[in-house]
Parts: sequence; structure tokens; C-alpha cells
Amino acid sequence: MDLFNNLMMGFGVAFTPENLTYALLGCLLGTLVGVLPGLGPVPTIAMLLPITYVLPPIAGLIMLAGIYYGAQYGGSTTAILVNLPGETSSVVTTLDGHAMAKNGRAGAALSIAGLASFFAGSVATLLLAAFAPPLAEVAFKFGPAEYFSLMVLGLVGAVVLASGSLIKAICMILLGLLLGMVGTDVNSGVARFDFGVPELQDGLDFAIVAMGVFGFAEIMSNLELRENRTEIASKIGSLYPNKQEFKEAWPAVIRGTALGSMLGILPGGGAVLSSFASYTLEKKVSRNPERFGKGHPAGVAGPEAANNAGAQTSFIPLLTLGIPSNAVMALMVGAMTIHNIQPGPQVMTSHPQLFWGLIASMWIGNLMLVVLNLPLVGIWVKLLKVPYKILFPAILVFCTIGVYSLNYNTFDIMTTSCFGIIGYVWAKLKCEGAPLLLGLVLGPLMEENFRRALLLSRGNYGTFLERPLSASLLGVAALLVVIVALPSIKKKREQAFVEE
Amino acid sequence: MQLRNKQDFWSGVMFTLFGLGFAWKATSYSMGTAARMGPGYFPHWLGIIMAVLGAVILLGSLRPNAEKTEVARFDFKILAIIISAIVLFGLMLRPMGLIFSLFSLVTIASFASHEHNWKVTGANACFLTLLCWLAFVKGLKLVFPIWPAFLGLN
Repeated sequence: MDLFNNLMMGFGVAFTPENLTYALLGCLLGTLVGVLPGLGPVPTIAMLLPITYVLPPIAGLIMLAGIYYGAQYGGSTTAILVNLPGETSSVVTTLDGHAMAKNGRAGAALSIAGLASFFAGSVATLLLAAFAPPLAEVAFKFGPAEYFSLMVLGLVGAVVLASGSLIKAICMILLGLLLGMVGTDVNSGVARFDFGVPELQDGLDFAIVAMGVFGFAEIMSNLELRENRTEIASKIGSLYPNKQEFKEAWPAVIRGTALGSMLGILPGGGAVLSSFASYTLEKKVSRNPERFGKGHPAGVAGPEAANNAGAQTSFIPLLTLGIPSNAVMALMVGAMTIHNIQPGPQVMTSHPQLFWGLIASMWIGNLMLVVLNLPLVGIWVKLLKVPYKILFPAILVFCTIGVYSLNYNTFDIMTTSCFGIIGYVWAKLKCEGAPLLLGLVLGPLMEENFRRALLLSRGNYGTFLERPLSASLLGVAALLVVIVALPSIKKKREQAFVEE
Repeated sequence: MQLRNKQDFWSGVMFTLFGLGFAWKATSYSMGTAARMGPGYFPHWLGIIMAVLGAVILLGSLRPNAEKTEVARFDFKILAIIISAIVLFGLMLRPMGLIFSLFSLVTIASFASHEHNWKVTGANACFLTLLCWLAFVKGLKLVFPIWPAFLGLN
């Protein structure tokens, strides 16, 4: 029972008082940003990244992971009570969750959401523990050509499954890759695209770009929308679902968990896609689909299970292959590199404590979240009443302090404000920031593997297609693009993201 | 010819210009060969690919049957207030210290809200400054200049 021993070791690491504290802190912060509309996990993690410098690596990662899945829980609370999705991944929960609240079943909806998330999180954590080691084995067989192709597939997959224009998203990736080239070239020592600025020779820190585009630019976009505060469902009612609700919810939880776990592993998958897919599935398999949107428990249970499972399993590609599948995972790569840990298959062997400790902490974190969210729901609801005019200066303050403490350098604050302006323009042009961030993180890695692959093949580009593994990875990537570009599917894909 | 898809048109222009810019700048570094790439090789070709894709977006937006989109109006007031508040914070931090810089950041930025209110802003500025001092200076022991440099208290 290798798995069992490893998990035991993980729990040993996660149960130290220090790590428990950081897991709790992460879950609290995650729930907080999940509850607060207008602040998501990406800027929060970017803000807190510099702070993890002072923490031991395992504590830092445990906290950041807690923020990510904590936000899934918090987001659903607001979705149910105020019809405001705190996170994109809980958009679908507003449909039936808020309808249940209107029917006076808010408490039951909250419990179903919380317990479904907990169940899904536990299963997904086990899956992560079971599947990560064999996947990492495969990754050890990869040469530079395979790694390059894998990154191409990862990046393509990330945009294919996302919403919006495909070609614009690909351009954003390319732009991210190019911005990743800024700084000193490792092979030749030449400083590239630095325009003679010494601060740029170390490269553009992705935390700067993330805070500019996801922090500052989002604040400006949010300030434009004059907020309309909706009334909060006053009565939460009994927290216990009745028999009928329970019977309708549990099959949906299992389906949602399975679907979310699978979609989370895919590049670009994760929480958002999983919840949408699960809602569609529940509606399809239900015998009375007309009840959806009017407070069907399955419409809460399925997507909530799916988004949490997806959030959890999206760690699999990161921890085994070193490939981030969404913007949050890109930031996790950054958190690991801050501590000189190169994400990839070697993490499991070189830092087993970190790997298994992180996995164990996820399960503990999920348990904490159920406890935090159900009895304490009243406190979170009060926080919802914090108006944005008070909230946004706080986000600004934490962002600027976070940026400064990266290198104790005011130049970084100026760079971030530039990215704030650019990000604002991108928002107007409907160009998404997440693919850019993925490109930025993978840029240097991709170039290095590309150069090494061609060095080994003496300049023969055929190497990417002659090696079977590399060829099949590229083939899948090409297939994905073709499929999505087909007119009939293109239409369906647009519908899937519009339909709510 | 009528410009229908304005979002895509300007995105296309942006990607093309950025692509050409990077590709052109990359030529000032050694290119090398495919087998022994110089620092300019990879970014040069990435830039060219991006410029081509940008041009495709641009031309697509000019098609007579292109989807009709508008670029939403820029709110220059909010943009100017937020960005200048941040830049000023950056300029002030070293000479004036954390306390005053934070105060100025919160006070200026609050003007960007359409429901600006002096009392709330003042209270918020005090609260956030205190919180940051407690959390970052006392708690996490990050090294900041706290008071203005000329007072010599740091």
C-alpha cells in the first residue's frame, strides 16, 4: 500500500500546527474573496505571492491552494443567497440555488452545495493521489521535443475550452510567450527587449502582469458598472435538506464529481467549465427538465460537486507535468519557482513531503470549509454588505504593497500600472487575460525545450513529428483547433457559453 | 467599406503592431541557425506568427458579414484617477514613507467611485493604513520605509 503510506506521510506534514494554520488562513481568505463580488482568486493569489517568500514552501503552497478551492465554496454562498455569483464557476448555481432560496429553502441549498463540494473534493483528492504518480512516470520519459509539444497542446487546450474568440485567445498566448522572452536569455546571456532598463533584465515578473491585468484593470472595469445591490434572501431556514431533496441531489453529486474530475485534468478545464457541463448534463438526464431553473436540488448539487472536483484535479497536470491548466495554476507555478522548486514530475521524488503534504492539506481544507461555511454563513452574508467603494481601495493597497515587496522596487509599481492600462484596453477589446498569463509563465520553458529539441536533431524540424509521442500530442492539439473551428461546432460552443 | 466588428479590428491592429515590433526588435540580436539558435530566433518567428494572425483578425473584421461589435466607451476619468493614485504611491514611497503614501493612495483612488464620500474615505484610509502597518510591518516584518526620509526615524 504505497498510496496509503504516502498519504499518511502527507497527513503527517499537513497536521503540524503551522500548516493547519495556513490551510485555515487560505480557506478563510478564499471564502472571503469568493463571497466578495469583484475580487477573484487570481488577483488575490497574485497579491499574496510575495508574502509566501517569508513562509516555508509547503506552508505557502497550502495557503494558496486553500484560496483557490475556498473561493469555490464562497462563490456558491453568494450565488444562492443574493443571486450574485462571487466567482465565474458559480454562475450556474445562481439558477437553481437562488430559486431554492426564494422558495424558502436557502438553508437546504447551502447544505447541498457545501456537502456536494465536500464529497467531490474528497473524491478528487483521492484521484489526485492515485493518478499523479503513474502520470509522472510517463512524464519522465519525455524529451525536449515531447515537452514542447505537450506545452503546445496545453496552451491550445486552454483556449479551445475557454469562451470567446479562439484566434484572439491564441494571439494573447503568443503575446504572453513574447513577454516571457523579456529579460536575459539563459543560453547566450544577452538581455532581450529590455530597452536598456536594468530592472527588466531579470524578466517581467508574472505577478506584476497578473496584478496589472487582473487587479488594477478589473477595478477600473468594475467601477464603471454602477452597482445595483440586490436584496439578500432574509431567511436562511433549516440547514437540513428534506428527504425528497436529498434523494434528488445525491445522484447528481456523483455525476458531477465524475464529470468535474475528468474535465479538471484537461488543460483549460478546471472549475468553470466543469460547472457548466454538469448543469447541462443534469438537465439532459433529468426526467422533468422543466423543473430546472425553478429550484431543482440537482441543479445545485451537480455543478457544485463538479466545480470543486474540477478545481482539485486541475492540480494534476501541474504537479505531474509542470504544465499549468488555468490562470490560478500559472500562479502556483510562480509560487513554486519562488522557492526554487521546478514544477514537474521530479517534485514527487525530490520533495515528497511537499507533494503529499499539499494533497493531504486539500482534504483537510475541504473539511474546514464545510465547517466554516455552514454554521458561519451569517457572518459571510454580513460581509456581502461591504460596498465596493470601500473594497476597491483595499484591493489597490494590497496589490501595490504586494508588487513592491516582490523586489523592494518602486519601478515594479510603475510597470504594474502600465499593465493596468493595457489590461483595461484589452477588456474593452474583449481580449482575455488568462491565456496571456499562461503564455507568460510557459514562455521561457517552451523556448528552452524548443531550442534543445532542435539542437539534438541538428536543426531538423521533423523531430517534432518523427517522435511518436510528440507527434501524437501535436496531432491532438491540431485536431482540437480544427474541431472548434468547424462552423457547426463553433455555433454550439458559443451557445454553451451564452446559455445560462 | 464599412467597419462592422470594431473590437476585432482594433485587436487585430494591436496584435499586428506588437508582432511586428517584437519581430523587428529581435533582429537586433543574433539569429543563429535552427540547430544553434541565437537569442533572436524564437522571438522573431513568434512575432511574425502573431503579426500574421493579427492581420487575419483585422481582415476578418472587415468582411461585410462580420459580427457587429462596438468598442465600449473608455472612462478616462476613472482610468486617470486610479493610475495616478498608483503612480503617486510609487513616487512617494521612498521619500515620504509608507504611512503617508498609503493615505494618499486611498484618498485619491476613492474619488474614482461615483458615490464618493469624505467621511467614509477618511475612515477607510485610516483603517487600511493601520491594517497594513500591523500586517506587513509588524506581522510579516517586511522592510518598508515607514516615515518620511527627512525625519530620520526609519
